[in-house]
Amino acid sequence: MAAVGIPPLEAMAMSVLVYAGAAMLAAVQLIAEGSPALIVVLAAFIVNLRLFMYSASIRAYFAGVSLGRRLVVSYALVDNPYALFIQRYGTRPDEPGKFDYFFGLAIPVWLCWQATVAAGLLIGNQLPADWKLDFAAPLAFIALTIPLLRDRPMVAAAVSAGTTAVLAHGLPLRLGLALGAVVGITVGFLWGKHLGTKSA
Amino acid sequence: MTLWLIILGMSVATFGQRASFLLLPERVRLPAWLPRALHYVPAAVLTALWAPELLLQKGVLSLALGNERLLAGIFAIAIAWRYRAIFGTIVAGLAALHVFDWMF
Repeated sequence: MAAVGIPPLEAMAMSVLVYAGAAMLAAVQLIAEGSPALIVVLAAFIVNLRLFMYSASIRAYFAGVSLGRRLVVSYALVDNPYALFIQRYGTRPDEPGKFDYFFGLAIPVWLCWQATVAAGLLIGNQLPADWKLDFAAPLAFIALTIPLLRDRPMVAAAVSAGTTAVLAHGLPLRLGLALGAVVGITVGFLWGKHLGTKSA
Repeated sequence: MTLWLIILGMSVATFGQRASFLLLPERVRLPAWLPRALHYVPAAVLTALWAPELLLQKGVLSLALGNERLLAGIFAIAIAWRYRAIFGTIVAGLAALHVFDWMF
């Protein structure tokens, strides 16, 4: 971030307030290109369209939970806690302890993320690139995805989403990701409806 | 100054997205088909995040043996399928990436 003229204080403020990696990467790139503020904000919004889906998907689990707690969940709703939460409660939505479980996931994820950003600002590009640590992110997502693939509609949703995202990767603002998600959800939904399988 | 405006705008945008459905009043009922569709959100979104990282090399589709990220990813999928362990999958996948990189 320093490389494109974002001072450490602003970078850290962005990390804490925005708390969305993909949006920040997109923003940094656009700021470096000298894009207007409105375009940067719009790009961050589009890159994170999946957060709408997370919010809608997780809403039912937090019915009856206080407003304050729902605000906390809203702030902390990022990929990993969301996926881990669904893994635990997806098939057992009526079990208690949902907020505590989510909160327990959210804290370490938040701390790790902020610590990593701070370390990145301090150390910069001194970590050797040939350790290939960037590959840890997709590996974590693979580890979170595979246990979800319990039936054919779910597998169809994942395969069609991945294929679409790959074929549409050339679209700007990572719209390929949003398109892949929409195609995957549609395929899974229609397939599941066709089979008449019940959704958990 | 512009930078702080950008940070503020991005904060409002991302928080708004996350809070959108969570903060809807209880009495607002979502249509019945929506939960069934949302059931597929995690698998679809997560796969759309990682599939391009495996299948694209510098933005070009690559199914060759030389694509060590695809090979390591397939290995990681097998490990995740068999053991369902998150940290184990990451370590095994990173190790496989280095082995395949060295082999091909």
